[in-house]
Amino acid sequence: MSDKKPERREFLFTTTYALGAVGVGAVAWPMIDQMNPDASVKALASTEVDVSSLTPGKTITVLWRGKPVFIRKRTQDEIAEARSVKMEELKHPEKDEDRAKDPEWLVMLGVCTHLGCVPLNDRGDYNGWFCPCHGSHYDTSGRIRKGPAPLNMEIPKYEFVNANTIKIG
Amino acid sequence: MSEHDYIPKSKFGKWFNDRLPLLSLASHLADYPTPKNLNYWWTFGGILTFCLITQIVTGLTLAMHYIAHADMAFESVEHIMRDVNYGWLIRYIHANGASMFFLAVYIHIFRSLFYGSYKSPRELIWIIGIIIYLLMMAAAFMGYVLPWGQMSFWGATVITNLFSAIPLVGEGIVNWLWGGYSVDNPTLTRFFTLHYLIPFLILGLVVLHIWALHVPGNNNPIGIDIKKPSKDTVPFHPYIVIKDGFALLMFTIVFAFFVFYSPNILGHADNYIEANPLVTPAHIVPEWYLLPFYAILRSVPDKLLGVIAMLSAILILAALPWLDTSKIRSAVFRPLYKQFYWILVADVLILGYIGAMPAAGLYLLIGRVATAYYFLHFLVVLPVLGFKEKTIPVPLSITEPVLGGSLNLAIAKNKESLDK
Repeated sequence: MSDKKPERREFLFTTTYALGAVGVGAVAWPMIDQMNPDASVKALASTEVDVSSLTPGKTITVLWRGKPVFIRKRTQDEIAEARSVKMEELKHPEKDEDRAKDPEWLVMLGVCTHLGCVPLNDRGDYNGWFCPCHGSHYDTSGRIRKGPAPLNMEIPKYEFVNANTIKIG
Repeated sequence: MSEHDYIPKSKFGKWFNDRLPLLSLASHLADYPTPKNLNYWWTFGGILTFCLITQIVTGLTLAMHYIAHADMAFESVEHIMRDVNYGWLIRYIHANGASMFFLAVYIHIFRSLFYGSYKSPRELIWIIGIIIYLLMMAAAFMGYVLPWGQMSFWGATVITNLFSAIPLVGEGIVNWLWGGYSVDNPTLTRFFTLHYLIPFLILGLVVLHIWALHVPGNNNPIGIDIKKPSKDTVPFHPYIVIKDGFALLMFTIVFAFFVFYSPNILGHADNYIEANPLVTPAHIVPEWYLLPFYAILRSVPDKLLGVIAMLSAILILAALPWLDTSKIRSAVFRPLYKQFYWILVADVLILGYIGAMPAAGLYLLIGRVATAYYFLHFLVVLPVLGFKEKTIPVPLSITEPVLGGSLNLAIAKNKESLDK
């Protein structure tokens, strides 16, 4: 009988602590989750862009979800350059064919994958983009070639609504 | 403090003190025995308290006019500068006050490094100090975001993106910090809230910092343990109060020079352009007081490792009391450490310079060497030095070398008394 009592006590303590922890967690989570992107931010999911004015070699920058998106109509030289690169030379190997389904059009987030700056057009050692913040060089397919950035610039979900309009998101 | 036997003179004072011993505390602080050889490097604790209070007072008044909204923040700052009575003065004091705060804290930290103030039994004072320093950096960074200029916006983007280096959960954490998919209004409002909160956290930690200091008492320029009270001490009031006060006066002259004669010299012109998420300024540079760590970040070519190196550069300081194996506190008696100390000072200054320069070519190389040396100092030089270094004999008390004539004579006498 005297052996049994402490076990009962311990069980009660353990269940009380466990329930207490669940309670604290249940109160803490709303406080943490309120900082996540809210419904109004998530609602701004897609943007339609008119690209009829673009000539080869020109880039426009549009804002999508608060971030710049580069839309570039590439020249034949740029396409050839991007497609001739061997996979072994790339830090983050991705085929240009996968990044630009229509080779003329490159649509990507204009955000350096290092620390989020906006790279500059037609600069850098690979004739693509150059990030002024910490010196990352991207090629004509937006792939990282040199510098501290770990990944290629991201390709968002997009589609051609008609010949002149791209819908991003 | 409990053994303090202060009895107030007035009847009301006694009545009050029996119920809440505030007067005992005041008397403890006033009579506190302080080493009599404290030099001017020891006045920066008081100066830092002044800086904190200045930031809180000017910050509170600015918050009465500032609007934390992405569409209005920039204009509200201009409104403060142009329309609010003395708004320009309050804002310039607050902005330059941050720089003065860091100037003082760096002197305070390097004083500690020179005189070995972080060593036993003062490790906790030191570690609390490091936490205060980290909070200061967080507060300064978030404060810099509030005017919503180009540097604000892109500085916030770059620094919050540091968290994206964390594998797997990095991106989720960054979106959580932003409250969206980029730095935007939700980011600004939360930064404002935290910027408002942190100074009060620092204030609480300052109380702990001083409380922990009052257990062993001040270190001193010759770094020996002293009896207190004794011939080696003077009461805090009036001796140290006057000395601190004078140093503070000198410090405020420097402060006032920046506020009145070159209020923007420590800032960046780009921050007078409103935030634009489509254009990154050609050259993003943090405020001067973060430059050495920025240089360390950039000198590592890998994103995650760069972030780790930068954080380690700060956190390594917390381990300093155990990395420094020497029993002698003050560099005065450590001829080799003294040299390495000044090399470290030079190294940090070089890192600061490199942090302000573009990360390419020779700058990158120098930055890498300086980064390597920074870690070498703490991880190799300090632990080894404690065992290898031939130190100069330490006097037994502060008074002894003075009364015994020359230092050498006193040292000889010390040896005699030690041999007995």
